[in-house]
Amino acid sequence: MSTFLGMPAIHAPRGVGGLRGDESFPKAAKAALGDTQLRANIGRATRTIREKRAAVVEEVPDWEELRLAGQQVKAATMARLDDHLRTLEEAVTRRGGVVHWARDANEANAIIADLILATGETEVVKVKSMVTQEIGLNEALEAQGITATETDLAELIVQLGHDKPSHILVPAIHRNRAEVREIFLREMPGVPPDLTDDPRQLAMAARAHLRQKFLTAKVAVSGANFAVADSGTLLVVESEGNGRMCLTLPETLITVMGIEKVVPTWQDLEVFLQLLPRSSTGERMNPYTSAWTGVTPGDGPQAFHLVLLDNGRTATLGDHVGREVLHCIKCSACMNVCPVYERTGGHAYGSVYPGPIGAVLTPQLTGIEDNSSLPFASSLCGACFDACPVRIDIPSLLVHLRERHTEEQAKEHRLPTPEAAALSLVGWVMQSPRRFRMAETALRMARPFARSGRFRSLPFPLSAWTTSRDAPAPPPETFREWWERTRDQ
Amino acid sequence: MGAREDILQRIKEANTGIEVRAVQRDYRRGPLTTTAGELPDLVTLLEERLVDYRATVVRCRPDGLASAVERLVAAASPVLRAPGVPHEWCPAAEPDHEGLAAQDLDAYAAVLTAATVACAETGTIALDASPDQGRRAITLIPDLHVCIVRADQVVASVPEMLSRLEGDRPITFISGPSATSDIELDRVEGVHGPRTLCVVLVETDEGDR
Amino acid sequence: MKVALFVTCLADGLFPEVGRATVTLLERLGHEVVFPKAQTCCGQMHTNTGYGRQAVPLVRHHVETFEEFDAIVAPSGSCVGAVRHQHAMLARKAGDDDLAVRAEATASHTWELSEFLVDVLGVEDVGAHYPHRVTYHPTCHSLRLLRVQDKPLRLLRAVRGLHLVELPDADQCCGFGGTFAVKNADTSTAMLADKMKNIMSTRAESVTAGDSSCLMHIGGGLSRLRVGTRTVHLAEILASTENSVGR
Repeated sequence: MSTFLGMPAIHAPRGVGGLRGDESFPKAAKAALGDTQLRANIGRATRTIREKRAAVVEEVPDWEELRLAGQQVKAATMARLDDHLRTLEEAVTRRGGVVHWARDANEANAIIADLILATGETEVVKVKSMVTQEIGLNEALEAQGITATETDLAELIVQLGHDKPSHILVPAIHRNRAEVREIFLREMPGVPPDLTDDPRQLAMAARAHLRQKFLTAKVAVSGANFAVADSGTLLVVESEGNGRMCLTLPETLITVMGIEKVVPTWQDLEVFLQLLPRSSTGERMNPYTSAWTGVTPGDGPQAFHLVLLDNGRTATLGDHVGREVLHCIKCSACMNVCPVYERTGGHAYGSVYPGPIGAVLTPQLTGIEDNSSLPFASSLCGACFDACPVRIDIPSLLVHLRERHTEEQAKEHRLPTPEAAALSLVGWVMQSPRRFRMAETALRMARPFARSGRFRSLPFPLSAWTTSRDAPAPPPETFREWWERTRDQ
Repeated sequence: MGAREDILQRIKEANTGIEVRAVQRDYRRGPLTTTAGELPDLVTLLEERLVDYRATVVRCRPDGLASAVERLVAAASPVLRAPGVPHEWCPAAEPDHEGLAAQDLDAYAAVLTAATVACAETGTIALDASPDQGRRAITLIPDLHVCIVRADQVVASVPEMLSRLEGDRPITFISGPSATSDIELDRVEGVHGPRTLCVVLVETDEGDR
Repeated sequence: MKVALFVTCLADGLFPEVGRATVTLLERLGHEVVFPKAQTCCGQMHTNTGYGRQAVPLVRHHVETFEEFDAIVAPSGSCVGAVRHQHAMLARKAGDDDLAVRAEATASHTWELSEFLVDVLGVEDVGAHYPHRVTYHPTCHSLRLLRVQDKPLRLLRAVRGLHLVELPDADQCCGFGGTFAVKNADTSTAMLADKMKNIMSTRAESVTAGDSSCLMHIGGGLSRLRVGTRTVHLAEILASTENSVGR
């Protein structure tokens, strides 16, 4: 199943970052399911974006060929990831950038905090980046007396609302316009008191709020969507222009990226710059994409640092099935089509990476047992696989991680769990038609307890079924009995 | 062992037994032909896509360029231009220079630049910081960006667009004005970047293409 | 043609009418149906719950039972999906390449009922009669694992007397998902509630599908609500004729 590493795997450390929730998925989901406003907000939003995506994917005749190329470029890159990272490091350094390596969240946070403090600044502007949420950068900086301001509109809504992001593309997808207006009125200094809930007015309030910060900021922190190894070019894909502000105006730029974000050549971008916008925002192309290489005299930041982060990625790479998750380009198409995500929202996953991809990424970054309920948070309907622009077989990965969890359980406990014992028994019964038949006969003994062919309640653990569904009573005659009665005479 | 060596070593071990497989690039590299095998009119397609993003598009002949620009910036003052933009495109515009800080750029109502290449299918314009496009900040801070694109700079697809760019230059890909869909996925144009994007498509003779 | 019926454990033990309907239908179309009695279960529940290793003996048993037949048919998209997409993978993971090859061979002549009728037998009109208002729920594994596309709909449209009504958001999962329905009962129930709302909006008398498992889930919910909409397997509709009694 997984390769044996000579060195113990490094996982994302506990006590820092946004990869671990307070409770298991089923418990967190139960609370979310009771919030009708949340369900309405998410249902409306995911439906809108699903339809937009479907329309722009439809118009690309070679979509499947692009998906296949995307999958293959990623697989080939991972197979020689060490070489590509060395090439990237050399190219960035040659162009005046400085490359740092971080084994985990704590190392990355410390490197970034030190770089900021060395500039003498205590305020930074930030472009929305999943990886900085993953490592809990804002909290770590705060502990060092550094204030980080999120500049993406949705991230700003989340930050001002003292909330957590619930979607990787639209972090405030769980909030509607009325809620956003309330947050702005309460938390945004100088906001006009007659602010309405019109999205345009709300966006203009954010523009006014951040304008001076952008024009005066000395240090910015960003993530990266892609890094081109052979040229050392970094790319950030965005919509609002807050990314361009951060990447262009400050004196110092610190970019932190997961080591899996590298692509070998500039040409490889022709695949991903077609796949990503259509899959994520449902647009032919996002409004702005910035590409920069090291430092360019007279244009943009004159100090550039690139932090390359592991935080569980090499451990993930060590699982030759599970590593496919590292192909993810963080488009969020899978969560927009996921019926589970649509009902529970992102917070229930307890990780900054929610939805189907989060359910296979998070447990691998943290170690399966720290997030063992996530691989089970799916009905395996397969909609995510169809939507994935790089063909990550998420359902198969979910099943694979479920198995890793049960194997872990078997290793840790001398006695099998009740579930393992029950499934062993069922497996034993099912290996023999004679035993299967006896089980069917035994099952029939429950018939007298049914009413009009249905059970309204069953004992634990099947009671979880009958809280909302009747269960069928066993029939008077099984199929094989009917066959024998009618065909074998 | 330092973090760098440690991470590289772990990757090497994780990749034991993993082979590199060739990548099939069976996707389109060139334009999409119609069912009749005809090439679409790329300039018209680009215009449609840009309008779809709520950009303003004006088409003109080379001799009509200056008057087209004049009309677009009529209500905006002062106007900045990339240093390499010819003076005659907009006599009123002041050339950018290094002395202008971000705060100074904020005083300009509009900016005028050329472009390197445009992709019709996606409605994208790419600027690569050449002298007639300028440093990145000038197309970011002023609220109106007027961008001149010649017909012979228009290609059909993303692969063609990227092949005309040198990856290691500072490149900005622009597809319509700044926008957000962060509130209920309701699209609003114009957040932090220029709230208005005007593209002037300059026809070139067939022989030039 | 001689057809081996893979009835599935669920239909055998809980929904024998689905197996009987499959036999009736195939025999009416002039084919010989055999029932290999050694069959038990495809092992999908084990695999999908994380007990892939325990599923391997079931895979071996299934392959040994069915590999001699040229045509194997099951009234279940999900179980055929397991045979096609999981069996060889499980064998390979367990290091049994021989079993993997045999599993692949067996899977290559195993079909879900609607695929078998339309693709192999080339029939869409099976001579059925079912004078009811019906809506069709495409189960996830039929739709996305097997890609049966509109084959069940083509079969249903040819049924005399049947009034087919489109199900809103048909391609959305009903929330069954095997042990998901129990492990994540609240989420499963929320998905089921939306599916039932869509079913009821069609005012159909019956909702049909190609999987007994999803129908058990949907039917259990509808029965709890006492709304009167019944669940009926696709095979049962296709087996019905003017002369047949019952449904």
